[in-house]
Amino acid sequence: MDGLDTLKGKYLEGISGAGDETALEEIRLAALGKKGEISLKMRELGQMDPAVRQAAGAALNRLKDEIDAALRAKKAALADAALDERLKAEWLDVTLPGRPRRMGTIHPVSQVTEEVTAIFADMGFAVAEGPQIESDWYNFDALNIPPEHPARQEHDTFFMARAEGDDRPPHVLRTHTSPVQIRAMQTHGAPLRVIAPGRVYRMDMDQTHTPMFHQVEGLAIDRDLSMANLKWVLEEFCRAFFEVDTVELRFRASHFPFTEPSAEVDIRCSWEGGQLKIGEGDGWMEILGSGMVHPKVLAAGGIDPNEWQGFAFGLGIDRLAMLKYGIPDLRAFFESDLRWLRHYGFAGLDLPTVHGGLSR
Amino acid sequence: MKFTLSWLKKHLDTAASLAEITEALTDLGLEVEEVVDPAERLGAFRICRVIEAVQHPNADKLRLCRVATYPDGPGGRMEEVQVVCGAPNARTGLYGVFAPVGTHVPGTGVDLKPGVIRGVESNGMLCSERELMLSDDHEGIIDLPEEAELGARYIDWKGLNDPMIYIKITPNRPDALGVRGIARDLAARGLGTLKPQVVEPVAGSFRSPIGVTIDESLKEKGCPLFTGRVIRGVKNGPSPEWLQRLLLETGHRPISALVDITNYFTFDQNRPLHVFDADKVKGGLRIHAATGGEELEALDEKTYRFQPGMMVISDDEGPESIAGVMGGAPTGVTEETVNVFLESAYWDPITIATTGRALRIHSDARYRFERGVDPAFTLPGLEMATRMILELCGGEASEVVMDGAVPETARAYRFDPKRVVSLVGMDIPEGAQRGTLEALGFTLEGGMASPPSWRPDILGEADLVEEVARIASLTKLEGKPMRRARPGVPKPVLTPMQMREKAARRMLAGLGYNECVTYSFIDAEAATLFGGGTEATRVENPISSEMTHMRPDLLPGLLAAAARNQARGFADLALFEVGPAFAGGEPGEQSLHATGLLVGASAARDPYGSRRAVDLYDAKADAEAVLSVLGAPARMQVSRKVAGWWHPGRAGVMGLGPNALCAFGEVHPKVLKAMGVKGPAVAFTVFVEKVPFPKAKSATRAALGISDLQAVERDFAFVVDKGVEALTLVNAAQGADKALIEAVSVFDQFTGEKAEAQMGAGKKSLAISVRLQPRDKTLTDEEIEAVSAKIVEKVAKATGGVLRS
Repeated sequence: MDGLDTLKGKYLEGISGAGDETALEEIRLAALGKKGEISLKMRELGQMDPAVRQAAGAALNRLKDEIDAALRAKKAALADAALDERLKAEWLDVTLPGRPRRMGTIHPVSQVTEEVTAIFADMGFAVAEGPQIESDWYNFDALNIPPEHPARQEHDTFFMARAEGDDRPPHVLRTHTSPVQIRAMQTHGAPLRVIAPGRVYRMDMDQTHTPMFHQVEGLAIDRDLSMANLKWVLEEFCRAFFEVDTVELRFRASHFPFTEPSAEVDIRCSWEGGQLKIGEGDGWMEILGSGMVHPKVLAAGGIDPNEWQGFAFGLGIDRLAMLKYGIPDLRAFFESDLRWLRHYGFAGLDLPTVHGGLSR
Repeated sequence: MKFTLSWLKKHLDTAASLAEITEALTDLGLEVEEVVDPAERLGAFRICRVIEAVQHPNADKLRLCRVATYPDGPGGRMEEVQVVCGAPNARTGLYGVFAPVGTHVPGTGVDLKPGVIRGVESNGMLCSERELMLSDDHEGIIDLPEEAELGARYIDWKGLNDPMIYIKITPNRPDALGVRGIARDLAARGLGTLKPQVVEPVAGSFRSPIGVTIDESLKEKGCPLFTGRVIRGVKNGPSPEWLQRLLLETGHRPISALVDITNYFTFDQNRPLHVFDADKVKGGLRIHAATGGEELEALDEKTYRFQPGMMVISDDEGPESIAGVMGGAPTGVTEETVNVFLESAYWDPITIATTGRALRIHSDARYRFERGVDPAFTLPGLEMATRMILELCGGEASEVVMDGAVPETARAYRFDPKRVVSLVGMDIPEGAQRGTLEALGFTLEGGMASPPSWRPDILGEADLVEEVARIASLTKLEGKPMRRARPGVPKPVLTPMQMREKAARRMLAGLGYNECVTYSFIDAEAATLFGGGTEATRVENPISSEMTHMRPDLLPGLLAAAARNQARGFADLALFEVGPAFAGGEPGEQSLHATGLLVGASAARDPYGSRRAVDLYDAKADAEAVLSVLGAPARMQVSRKVAGWWHPGRAGVMGLGPNALCAFGEVHPKVLKAMGVKGPAVAFTVFVEKVPFPKAKSATRAALGISDLQAVERDFAFVVDKGVEALTLVNAAQGADKALIEAVSVFDQFTGEKAEAQMGAGKKSLAISVRLQPRDKTLTDEEIEAVSAKIVEKVAKATGGVLRS
């Protein structure tokens, strides 16, 4: 059959030059439509003799396929080009801000409480709690601070009002977390390992004191715990909490009515340019009070001091936060200044754990 | 407690340096607060000689001195320095005190530099006592006799190099409120030896004209022993310089020899004494309980009125001394006193503390008696003080008068050297342990140890252990690992409630709230606004009028915080707190609240129009998120029974039956105004402990029931009365077919004037979407129609609503 090459050339050229889908459809109809040139040629095949028909048929089919493929390819190319055009027109300013989303924060007191909890939990300490309005028995007497003991006066205690005719001694706002020791002993008995974090209150307000602050109490009771164990626990705690490998603690004899022997604990540190560094330098900073639980305190908690012994310690949570995170002013902790909350706060997902680390 | 090194050395024979002593003191539990070492301040000022003083060529009142200085000390090289001096007494041959260039002069606060005064070089300074801050004398420069050792430090030559040590004494150590007790501790530590103290009684040469009786009722407890005597013919004037200096250097004002002597014994021996002017005492002295109403002007020139039972010392004319606390002015000694009655008594600590506190008197005597002085030293103290009075003031002592007896303090506790090892974890040889206790004055006999009379704090075996460990030094204690309570992976330690508190906090931070920690006490007005401010929650002794009542709710604290932040220019706030609220004043009348507060707009202004005022549905959504993380059921009842600080029309309570789990809504505009917050403000409080815990705890979830069959969603719009609540309608629709209806949700609400214009006055439209989930076969149109009809019927019955046409 003659002229196939001419046909092919004509249509392929037409397809390639088509500017839009309409032009392309016209070409398709002209070539492959019912009355299209190639379709007509197909019909002519019937009048041919079989030998010629076979060869011509194959050639025609090839031509048809070729044009069809070219049409499809061009159609896709045209669609791509049209899409490209549209997308170009859909330009947006990607430098505009994202939709606003509030970022919340966790207060340093909560964060540090969780850090402390994570460390002591790993050493087997549970978390005990107690009321913040406390009877004077739990806050003082049970802790071996009898009514006339000078230590009672030194606590700067807040008292609750007493209704007329109510002759009980006034309740107090707990001056320390130590009463939780007694409650934990009464509830769980020995052996026992607990910490008790929480709010405490003292009548003191100046540059470095607020009438409310936070402490964490620790208490461990067993048959053979000694002050040397206490020192190890505190060393481990400080190493983990301050996230430094070298921590050196110094025990210094002191007095707390509820422990005997008692020790103040200092940590080795340096102050350079107002920057505190734990674990180095020639300075010592007092960080906590501790000691072996006084036999009278064990007895008040319902534990036989002849069978059991143990240690207790008390730390300031706010102070720990200030030391670790370089927060200068205690009073600001309770002022809820948004700028402070954002600057010193922690993200909701900053979950302190022993396995994942305490701070980022 | 303040003392000086030389004072300490009156009791302690030691070669230890100041640094060694202060370090040991702190380690022994006598924490050093401050050391004032004159050598640090005045060590550079040395004795010099003026070789020649001539008139300054350019100034009438100045002199030009050639000064022989000895920078290396006595016997060292001489260095001649030229100094311009304005003092009238600067003259050739003067022995004075020289400060070289580079010295800080405390009296002027100036660091000396080489200078040129009126054209002449001057390299240092000839000093006055005022420039050294040793006295107010600035008439001229220091003018020393020729025996003065050239090159010596002036403070050494003058005997002023006596460092002052200030230590903090814990309440258990009254014995360390006397220098002798401090020396005893240091000696036990091995820093020297305690010098023996011999008390030689003074024989009286006449009968004391003043007698003493203790009322029988007080002998048992209040005043077991009173001793005294008259010393006649004394001369009371200023005390000698050494005594004045000791008192001054330790922060006490010298008054007169008699008073200074009593003060000296207070600080030296922890033995407070009192002196009466014997000529002003009428009759004998009686120690008794006040009947109440008597008055006395005390030595602090204030008049005190006694309450019944307070212990006083009276003569025939009434109270003359607040026993053990402060003496009275009328019988006080003066410069003119010639006959004196010296008192040394043992007072009961509790009685003294009670009286002192009630009268608000803080005296050195009260401070010591209430902590406990040595009862056995009552008479020896009297004798020692008598001796000193005779020595410094002359006179003649009477026989001692006394009533009562030294109270019994003898007691013994089991001393087991093994206890030190088991309790402290330090290995201290038995011999050393015994040595320590003996050095501290304990008597050891058999397996028992008896504390000395000056240690009222020793009350058991643990105290013995503490003494041994303290003296051995806890600094040496080595940490020993504590084994795990049980081997293996530690069990969780937080209780479900503690986990919940943590979850609420983390959820709220995740929702974009900033956590606050506000005070537990608030002002009365705010407390009253929030249902508190009751007498039961009142703090008896608040530190400020802003902190008088325990907070009944966390919202007032957050609102106050919001107001403060608004004042700083932050209008949009999301604040929360998780903490205790106090319903009453008894232990345990506190509950855990998680409260969130949204103020202002939901977002900052942005190009997308995100910003809108916060509303009650923001608060409700966040409350529901918190409730959900606490494990509250998805469906709860909502009531409008809200407390008074909420907007009555725009707040609700979510709960289960009578158990309210959460309150939410708009804060009442009156409350906002009272708290100074510019609205809008919405809030919620989740009562964390009220959320029920699941009955059985199991990690296993219920099997997931999902169907492969296509769910069908149908929308219905109802016209209802304005006051009909969406939840009533939703619940009605839900009830139409509990098996088939999987969910019902409100997706549109049409209210207001336009709605009423369309649907009639007092009407609104609520549109719900109902999702039908078939379980065993696809729904036919007829079945869907049937359910739809039932929904319409149920809603009509519950709300009176009809389908909107």
